[in-house]
Amino acid sequence: MNEMTTKSAVKTPEAGEATGNVKHMNMIEAINSALDNMLDRDDDVILLGEDIGYFGGVFRCTAGLQEKYGKTRVFDTPISECGIIGVAVGMGAYGLRPVPEIQFADYIYPGLDQLISEAARLRYRSAAEFIAPMTVRSPFGGGIFGGQTHSQSPESIFTHVSGLKTVIPSTPYDAKGLLISCIEDNDPVIFFEPKRIYNGPFDGYYDKPAKSWKGFDEAQVPEDYYKIPLGKARMVTEGDAMTILAYGTMVHVVESVTRAKGIDAEILDLRTLVPLDIEAIEASVEKTGRCMIVHEATRTSGFGAELSAMVQERCFYHLEAPIERVTGFDTPYPHSLEWAYFPGPVRIGEAIDKLLSE
Amino acid sequence: MDETGSNRPKLALHVPEPRYRPGDTVDFSDLRISKPGEQPRPDEAAEASETFPLCNDLIRVLGDDNQAHGPWDPRLDAETLRSMLREMALVRAFDNRMYRAQRQGKTSFYMKCTGEEATSVCATHALAGDDMIFPSYRQQGCLIARGYELTEMINQIYSNKADKLKGRQLPIMYCSKRLSFFSISGNLATQLPQATGFAMASASKGDSRIAATWVGEGSTAEGDFHSALTFAAVYNAPVIFNVINNQWAISSFSGFAGAERATFAARAIGYGMAGLRVDGNDPLAVFAAERWAADRARANAGPTLIEHFTYRAEGHSTSDDPSAYRSAEERGEWPLGDPVMRLKNHLIALGEWTEDQQEAMDKELDEMVRKAMKEAEKNGILGHGLHHPFHTMFEDVFEELPWHLEEQADQAIRERQIKFPEDPAE
Repeated sequence: MNEMTTKSAVKTPEAGEATGNVKHMNMIEAINSALDNMLDRDDDVILLGEDIGYFGGVFRCTAGLQEKYGKTRVFDTPISECGIIGVAVGMGAYGLRPVPEIQFADYIYPGLDQLISEAARLRYRSAAEFIAPMTVRSPFGGGIFGGQTHSQSPESIFTHVSGLKTVIPSTPYDAKGLLISCIEDNDPVIFFEPKRIYNGPFDGYYDKPAKSWKGFDEAQVPEDYYKIPLGKARMVTEGDAMTILAYGTMVHVVESVTRAKGIDAEILDLRTLVPLDIEAIEASVEKTGRCMIVHEATRTSGFGAELSAMVQERCFYHLEAPIERVTGFDTPYPHSLEWAYFPGPVRIGEAIDKLLSE
Repeated sequence: MDETGSNRPKLALHVPEPRYRPGDTVDFSDLRISKPGEQPRPDEAAEASETFPLCNDLIRVLGDDNQAHGPWDPRLDAETLRSMLREMALVRAFDNRMYRAQRQGKTSFYMKCTGEEATSVCATHALAGDDMIFPSYRQQGCLIARGYELTEMINQIYSNKADKLKGRQLPIMYCSKRLSFFSISGNLATQLPQATGFAMASASKGDSRIAATWVGEGSTAEGDFHSALTFAAVYNAPVIFNVINNQWAISSFSGFAGAERATFAARAIGYGMAGLRVDGNDPLAVFAAERWAADRARANAGPTLIEHFTYRAEGHSTSDDPSAYRSAEERGEWPLGDPVMRLKNHLIALGEWTEDQQEAMDKELDEMVRKAMKEAEKNGILGHGLHHPFHTMFEDVFEELPWHLEEQADQAIRERQIKFPEDPAE
């Protein structure tokens, strides 16, 4: 490890607290394992959501947990996101640590008032007499032919809200360690699971056969409890040519594009958007002098705009070229043309060429 | 036939209109007011359907003769009746003083609950002291019934340096975990699913605490109301929903929440939940209904929706002028009277109270409020410098201050030092 990585961004797989068996897990299994560990360790942890009980969730993230922990700790809910998040606020006021699942991030909007005006503000408005220690899990992102209502990436709605933390993993190992940190956190956290990479890392070449997580180090996951701290980015690759800031599915896409193009890029997987690992970002941009930001969400007022502003404010005199932003287009996520929307290898490759040509 | 050649009848949009506007003569004689004592009282553990007739009735106990009647008479001892009377009168004295304080510029905002005191004070008396209250914004009576210190309330209203909410909340948005009184939100009806969640949590832990929540009839139109009742019915949650039907939501009469079609209590029927419709200006009926629902919840017999039929005697808030949209006669013509007067007259009829005692008590309470105001004013009034330090503005956004809020706190404190260089405090 070089000096910078020890100071700030951490490499993966890292030395966690976990001991015992390490197993191959895809991201779904890793999330299930995190929930299993937390239900076992803390009687106040409770899971609720549509189809998560007997059936184990439409993506199977809660499979087997109701059978193991009982119906009063893992249960199905009415189809009401407002209700799911609202009752979770009340459960938190009682002293529980609820982990509601919103079946798709696209469905979270009916619950926004309870999230934004209630969960996120409760500690502040009660001067910490009441808190909302909930983790809202929700699959997000496209690339599964989900159409516009099963594909969105609404993270910037939540990063804009004071009092919410937003966490997005990109590997099974991180998904488990981050999720455990989220559940133990005493503030409300939005935990977005990039569903395109639930079963395998996606390199952006949709016309090639899908890969599974088999054989990837990042899918070697301890069965026991371990945590990855919130607010810490992960160094995916070290490099000198440019810094690429990404999270979720896009981490894998940019990695494959830079590898294919032979670019010596330094890729940071942000993992937590709020609070952000600004030290890691600054250190990397100051080293490389070039910065590209990649996300799948729509462009205008996306989280990339915030990242771009911060890099400009803090690293301006180290920049050798304008910051590049690669994002989804400002359209709904179309069904048949989803790969035209998706910021894939062509869009990323073009931005890399532009960033290096300046 | 119209121009398109269709002979279908023309559709017409119905937009509700209240019966009386400013200047109109008010006649409430056609309101269906049931006779006190005539409403049946089902067993607390009865099937919800046994309560359904009561959703279209009006549970009343106190008659025009100032006596208690019928099976809903809670048979309270005189001491309890006197403390309910005292607390309702205290709420009224407090409201009057605080309203004037706002007019004097000591704070930005105030909301009275005049005429609705029974729906919070007497309902709270029917609960256990540690049952969790999820209030709306007009439930100061719940706090006063639980003995909250007036000075604490006024500190909050003044957002001063002793405000334990650190000046962050709009006046009257109290919070007291010690008194099991949840933090008030300005967003309407959000407390309803939260109360259900609290009740579900309590039930899942095998605890004995129940939850009770309050909402105005206007806010029952929010989706949260539907979500909360659905969850409560689905999980048989030990929660009481108090709908305070005070006829007006700012300038919108109850018709805009659906009152032209059904009572608010009747919402319970669709959920298969127990429902009661009660004279909200009858302190004994309010107590009895709330106690019935609390006993039912505690016996795992499920949630109850109670409509408290009452009248908002004053404006919505200090920012409202009701003379601009409703007849000034309504308050005087309201057929259910005033809850404070009704309980007072009942106690007098019982030989347990006198007009002189009432007068002396009113004086004493006003003096008590005045003293509390003076005490609170030592800690400052809104906008006069005695606020919390700037850094507290950034605390409690999260449990720990992240770097970006530390940076912004430094900025806020620097701005203050630039504006007030002579004052190094902060």
